[in-house]
Amino acid sequence: MSDNLKAQLEAERRRRKELADSSTGSHSLSTDVKFDTDIYNTSDKFAGYDMSIDTDPTQDTVAPPTGRFGITAPRELIEELHGEGAEDDDDPFKALQRTRGTNRVIADRESDYQKRRHVRQLSPERTDSGDGGVSYSEAMRKNQLDREKADLLAKIKKAQDTAEEKRVAGEPLQPTKRRWDVETPVNPSSTAAPKRNRWDQTPADVGAVAATPRRNRWDETPQVASGGGVAFGETPKRVRSRWDETPVMVGGSAAIGFGATPAGNIGMATPSAAQMAAGTSILAKQQPQGQPDAMEARNLFQTDEELDSLLPKDGYAIMEPPPTYVPIRTPARKLMATPAPLRGSDGFHIPEETRHVDFDIPKEVPGVGALPFFKQDDMQFFGKLLDGQSEEDMDLAEKHERQVLRLLLKIKNGTPPMRKVAMRQIAERAREFGAAPIFNQTLPLLMSPSLEEQERHLLVKVIDRVMFRLGDLVRPFVHKILVVIEPMLIDEDRYARSEGCEIISNLAKAAGLPAMIATMRPDIDHVDEYVRNTTARALSVVASALGIPALLPFLKAVCMSKKSWQARQTGVRVVRQIAILVRSGVLPHLRSLVDCIGHGLDDEHLPVRTATALALAALAEAAAPYGIESFDSVLKPLWLGIRKHRGKGLAAFLKAIGFIIPLMEVEYANHYTREVMVILIREFQSPDEYMKNIVLKVIKQCVATPGVPVQYIKDEVLPEYFRNFWVRRMALERRQYHQVVETTVELANKVGGAEVINRIVLDLKDESGVYRNMVMEAISRIVQSLGAMDIEGRLEELLMDGVLYAFQEQASEGQVILDGFGVVVNGLGTRAKPYLQQITSALLWRLNNQNPMVRQQAADLVAQIAPVMKSCGEDELMSRISVMLYEYLGEEYPEVLGSILGALKSIVNVIGMTDMQPPIADLLPRLTPILKNRHEKVQENCLDLIGRIADRGPEYVSAREWMRNCFSLLDLLRAHKKAIRRAAVNTFGYIAKAIGPQDVLATLLNNLKVQERQNRVCTTVAIAIVAETCAPFTVLPALMNEYRVPELNVQNGVLKSMSFLFEYIGAMAKDYVNAVTPLLEDALVDRDLVHRQQAASAIKHMALGVAGMGNEDAVLHLLNHLWPNIFETSPHSICAVLEAIESCRVCLGPGRIVQYSLQGLFHPARKVREVYWRIYNMTFVASQPALVAYYPRIENDGDNVYRRYELDYIL
Amino acid sequence: MDKFGMHSQTEQLHARHIGTGNADTTKHQWLTNQHRDTLAHYVSDDSLATYISIAEGESAARTKFNMLQRMRQPCGPPPAQAAED
Repeated sequence: MSDNLKAQLEAERRRRKELADSSTGSHSLSTDVKFDTDIYNTSDKFAGYDMSIDTDPTQDTVAPPTGRFGITAPRELIEELHGEGAEDDDDPFKALQRTRGTNRVIADRESDYQKRRHVRQLSPERTDSGDGGVSYSEAMRKNQLDREKADLLAKIKKAQDTAEEKRVAGEPLQPTKRRWDVETPVNPSSTAAPKRNRWDQTPADVGAVAATPRRNRWDETPQVASGGGVAFGETPKRVRSRWDETPVMVGGSAAIGFGATPAGNIGMATPSAAQMAAGTSILAKQQPQGQPDAMEARNLFQTDEELDSLLPKDGYAIMEPPPTYVPIRTPARKLMATPAPLRGSDGFHIPEETRHVDFDIPKEVPGVGALPFFKQDDMQFFGKLLDGQSEEDMDLAEKHERQVLRLLLKIKNGTPPMRKVAMRQIAERAREFGAAPIFNQTLPLLMSPSLEEQERHLLVKVIDRVMFRLGDLVRPFVHKILVVIEPMLIDEDRYARSEGCEIISNLAKAAGLPAMIATMRPDIDHVDEYVRNTTARALSVVASALGIPALLPFLKAVCMSKKSWQARQTGVRVVRQIAILVRSGVLPHLRSLVDCIGHGLDDEHLPVRTATALALAALAEAAAPYGIESFDSVLKPLWLGIRKHRGKGLAAFLKAIGFIIPLMEVEYANHYTREVMVILIREFQSPDEYMKNIVLKVIKQCVATPGVPVQYIKDEVLPEYFRNFWVRRMALERRQYHQVVETTVELANKVGGAEVINRIVLDLKDESGVYRNMVMEAISRIVQSLGAMDIEGRLEELLMDGVLYAFQEQASEGQVILDGFGVVVNGLGTRAKPYLQQITSALLWRLNNQNPMVRQQAADLVAQIAPVMKSCGEDELMSRISVMLYEYLGEEYPEVLGSILGALKSIVNVIGMTDMQPPIADLLPRLTPILKNRHEKVQENCLDLIGRIADRGPEYVSAREWMRNCFSLLDLLRAHKKAIRRAAVNTFGYIAKAIGPQDVLATLLNNLKVQERQNRVCTTVAIAIVAETCAPFTVLPALMNEYRVPELNVQNGVLKSMSFLFEYIGAMAKDYVNAVTPLLEDALVDRDLVHRQQAASAIKHMALGVAGMGNEDAVLHLLNHLWPNIFETSPHSICAVLEAIESCRVCLGPGRIVQYSLQGLFHPARKVREVYWRIYNMTFVASQPALVAYYPRIENDGDNVYRRYELDYIL
Repeated sequence: MDKFGMHSQTEQLHARHIGTGNADTTKHQWLTNQHRDTLAHYVSDDSLATYISIAEGESAARTKFNMLQRMRQPCGPPPAQAAED
């Protein structure tokens, strides 16, 4: 600290002291605060800070968005940040969070186009009668106005642009466009929430929709009445103080963080997020309760002395208050009006408001209970539940609203059981609550900017369930629901899309077609393209839900619309979406759909023509290979179209032709292909990627049709095609890469593999790795589908040479080159023999390589080509490789070790146990320790290899070695991967078969005593497998003997193994039923619930296995012991018991079960009746016709005839 | 909560299988369903229908028709609610 600063501070402190002394009894800010000076160095505490705070109570303070962190950084930095790119507060970590799956907020991954959903409003509900809501005609009128406004704005913009151009032409030194230049929005609706900054003009409502312009926190505080400002005439500019940046928790009037959310007008029926924020001032209310003293100190009136000391002596006069002036005496209002710092006046604290509030957020909401989490944003929506009012004195509507809120909160934030209960309640009571409370709470929640995927899923589920219950009561809310759900139809997530489809189709079924059409009609020619697009998709869902014929007349009318081309375009798009959605379901309506849109090809507006062509393409694709006759009427316009159009329009027309040609008869297809090919070849050179994609697709379609002659393709298409598409540039973009490969494979299917491979084989030695990959992928797919029979002589050599080069040069890890190599070598088969020597030496060298990835690839390749080496008779080479692999079993990289094991397995498979080099007896002992490796790939491959040896050549290894293996295998029973557990269990079976079950079984039975459940479960499975492979009589005695151990885990394990055992051995069980019955009987009368449950599941499998084998007596005996367990309440055990009873039904016949259940169907106790009816229902559903003979005979009762006389007929 | 419990799918079950019941099913409802099942069985089984028609001395078609008619209220009208409780 420099000396002069210290001196300054000293002076300042002295001055303050004097000031405080002169005004005794006044509350000064900081002077009477005593710090522990030994801890706090107070001398420089306030240096650089403004000591005065604007606390004008009339000022309306802008509340910063809650939930954001307070900013502490040099102001220049902050202003720099917020001056330029503040509107989309880009957090560089968001992308990272998304990839890690920690951030699941939907709004963060939306594209700009998808973000336009935030602009849409939840319109008030529609009514037909016109009371309260908006009627159809009003909606249409509003829509019309919007369109006119948009037109006007576009015109103004155009006029301005031309004026600008002229001006620019006049004065070349044009100032750079600065941020305070007022922009005219290009698309009024897309810029609905323009960012303002303080240099803007007085806000004129530019945005068509925006009600609240977006403010940022740096804006000038809106001054309501700057009465106080007059006193300080010479300082009109408000002094910017540090406190401006501090988030002050006041229920402000503007919600800043939610600028993108449509802030609806107050007249809107559903309060939007922003409005709710504005209305909710709980935070403000809560906070003063916390610090009453601080508030009072802050809000005391300034005394005359204080004012005297503050203001200059001359130039000011003390005015008399006007006679009408009444001071505010209601303290609540005062508290609300003044923003108070959270801490009192006892010195400066680092502001911690936001964090403090976070702690304040209740985990416990009255009437809901403890929640796993409660986010800051939830406060807006669910704050109402926290205001602590009793519900006694509320009217019914308000009570319902609160109940719905509570249920929604449980569904959104609750634990799964809470959620389930709440979900059921809200569905069951939907009609009681009524549509309005539910939708008015749910839909704004779905519009919330911080919504996460899981939350959206749950809320959408709520809507679905509720809709099902409400039926046609949902009608007034159709539009609102659509506004919320439609964006899901263009979500990037497939599941979200299908979820959206489901909801809309259910909505259509609930509300009915007329309601749907009336609601969506105004959106069809909406000004905003986004709205039209989503509406088209929604309409297509409606069509698929209610049937295409129902919607056809409407679609026809829309496509004919004379009023606006947008409507026509939307109509055509609906047809396209229908085709995409219902696929071959369009066939019955194909002609009417084509007729409906056909005239759009001659429309005067290009977008309509393009959309029509795309729709036709979609229809043809969906209808393939049928329905060419329906397209007759559009062939000619399409044909003329491809000559007339350029660019995107041409692409659409080409696509349509390309999809129609495969439907044609052979000679027509040939003719049309030749005609269109000229244009296609011309467009090969197009730089436009969209065009390229379409050209490739069309080529693929045309080539696949049978009518096109091979020679023509060879002569006309191939040279140009390979010149334009097989270039390095194409490999760079993922989509084109795949398209080119697919089209090339299709071409090869037509003209033969050798022809195509010949043209690209040299590129295998290209210097670009990605391009080599592309070539390799194409070659491998061609060889895979066509074989390598036509590849001969020079081409064969070139190919093998290229493949080897590509393999040796590959830089990245990836399957393409490896698979390609394998496919080519396997395709060549015995013809690969001359190259094997070369390949082997390359492999051996690479197995020895320093780079682990190279070693891994080499081992993987060995696994792929081992069968070919065998069929070429190169056992010698293979032995060399396998010895080499054996030596590398000490490999330290687990991935590589896994591949080496895989290669060994492959070699063992083809060579056989006897000829294997190194001998099996040497190999297996090396494998046993590897089983202890924790890497999954190693475990899996090692287990496979050991299992294979145990299966095929157990005699090469000593029994003791196998037992050692068994012990290692036990650990693998608790692997995470199911495949490993299964392989381990199977290996137990093989080993048991090889060395006899006794020793293995002893190991396994011992393992039943361990504590870990997973381990025990797998052990039981292994025991059952051993019993299956070595016949049950070798295992059952020991198993049943083990049951005598007085230990819960062991006995349960025994019962569980029996359950698996009977499941595996099926009908073989008939010889063992009588043996195990006493054991099961004992288990069924045990006190332990799990005993009975396991016994029940054992009985289930046993009874199913022995059905029809003549063991009914034993099963009936067990059923008698089973029956008392039907009153179990634990889900697992009741399930097991009921399933066992069902199995007994299969074994004993349904009559027996019905006789058993008759005793309780009309029992006085409801609990008993419920269970018995459940069993009766079970039986009834399974074998209703059989029951006719078993119903009891019941005597007539008064008027009712209960006897079934026909049963008494005797002839 | 009630995944395996008593009421998880009863509603669906009733919707799909009319003859199923629950703790509140009355004797009359139960027996009506039984009779309908029985009659449906007779009608759908030709040999049973023939057997009954011979016993009743009616044509097979008439017997089937009669039985179909009876399926509306096979046990007569439901008893008054009070009597049931």
